[in-house]
Amino acid sequence: MPRLIEGIIEAFTLIITLDPNLMKIIMLSLQVSGAAVALSMLCGVPLGAFLGLKPAVRTRFVSKILYTLMGLPPVVAGLIIYLLISRAGPLGVFGLLYTPTAMIIAQFTLAMPIIAGLTMVGIRSRGKEIQETARTLGASRLLTAWTVIRESRFAIFGAIVTGFGRVIAEVGAVMIVGGNIDGHTRVMTTAIVLETSKGHYELAIGLGVALLVISFVINSLLYYLQGGVGSYDRRL
Amino acid sequence: MTGGYEILSVEKLTKKYEKEVLHVEKLSFEKGKIYGLIGPSGAGKSTFLRLINFLESPTTGRIFFRGKEVFGNGRLDLSTQRGMTMVFQKPVLFKTSVSENVAYGLKARGFPKEEIREKVELLLKKVGLEAFAGRHAGSLSGGEAQRIALARAVAFDPGVLLLDEPTANLDPNNIEMFEDLILNLNKEKEMTVIMVTHNIFQAKRIAHEVLFFYEGYLVEKGPASQIFSSPEDPRTRAFVEGRMVY
Repeated sequence: MPRLIEGIIEAFTLIITLDPNLMKIIMLSLQVSGAAVALSMLCGVPLGAFLGLKPAVRTRFVSKILYTLMGLPPVVAGLIIYLLISRAGPLGVFGLLYTPTAMIIAQFTLAMPIIAGLTMVGIRSRGKEIQETARTLGASRLLTAWTVIRESRFAIFGAIVTGFGRVIAEVGAVMIVGGNIDGHTRVMTTAIVLETSKGHYELAIGLGVALLVISFVINSLLYYLQGGVGSYDRRL
Repeated sequence: MTGGYEILSVEKLTKKYEKEVLHVEKLSFEKGKIYGLIGPSGAGKSTFLRLINFLESPTTGRIFFRGKEVFGNGRLDLSTQRGMTMVFQKPVLFKTSVSENVAYGLKARGFPKEEIREKVELLLKKVGLEAFAGRHAGSLSGGEAQRIALARAVAFDPGVLLLDEPTANLDPNNIEMFEDLILNLNKEKEMTVIMVTHNIFQAKRIAHEVLFFYEGYLVEKGPASQIFSSPEDPRTRAFVEGRMVY
């Protein structure tokens, strides 16, 4: 217990003094997970909206695949990406292994099915009636699509928050394809594993606390945006 | 009611899911009239409405709107789609303010801001909800929401207004208010109204012409007075006299 308390005190010292090592790791984590979630949003939201508007019976097979991928173990995702981008793999020529790009690809593989799947479920609940209402009011295809997404924004925000939570906290995939190289591909989760194995619990706890704080701040921001849209509507 | 030229017509229109649910040989609607579509559940009334509102494609048949064949070139063009609108049984309001809801169709058509503001104000006054302009649509009662859905649908003066059992969930006061609004719109704008209703008294009150559907077929069409006093088909008679179990 004293070790835990000491660790927490040390952790806060590292955070408050903006320890350069810690900051570097945090920044890389945010860049990798932020890029992966942004790309997953760009692909997952339109895909989820498309599937959500189709009759469930016609998307049964795709839905099953999506649901399976939502539970894809990170180490399996990491292994597949590793085999694809390793020197002997089909994408080996691009030299992506042990780079932040490889980590983004791995995290995209984990977040995209979650964002697409939850968006699909959210849109399926009310999307069809919104789509028909917009169409019958003379909306173009683009405006109809935008209206459906806008009306399903709470579900979509929920999907993004869940996708972000999945990737910021995962360790297996980034460890395999990133290699946990100091100053290059070391992110918070892989650093925690390393520091714990070395017995440096203070830094490990510091990183753990930082991970929680960052998750809290980002989720609060998304929650604010989600609620903020609602408040804006009420003011109109 | 003046009656006028043929605004909408269909030929050999069918819709088949697992089995055929609708089969209409030939039917036309005149501008400025109110039509009541009656019949037991599963008679094909709502399917017919969805087909002529282009929400579903017919299995076979042709639809003509303002003299032009819809889907003639295999596609539905936006200007045709914008010629008519529908109010559903359950009002679907967007998660925004009442005024933004009413303005939706006008914004979609690129009306100038000032004109949108004026039209929205006028329409809210017409449906008796001018004090609700800034309220969130989610806070409205069922009757209020249906009146807003109607205001939103008629804001851009559609040629044809389709109503799918719009008063099925309303109390008598709201039903009366809704019917008055329909009658006024029809009178002022010569708007063609095609309304599906399970309430034969409602059809009797407001429709100029009544169409009786049964098992996917149009059985009889005629002036409301004739359909309710001396229908030609025994099935129509059974239905309007309340002897048909449905």
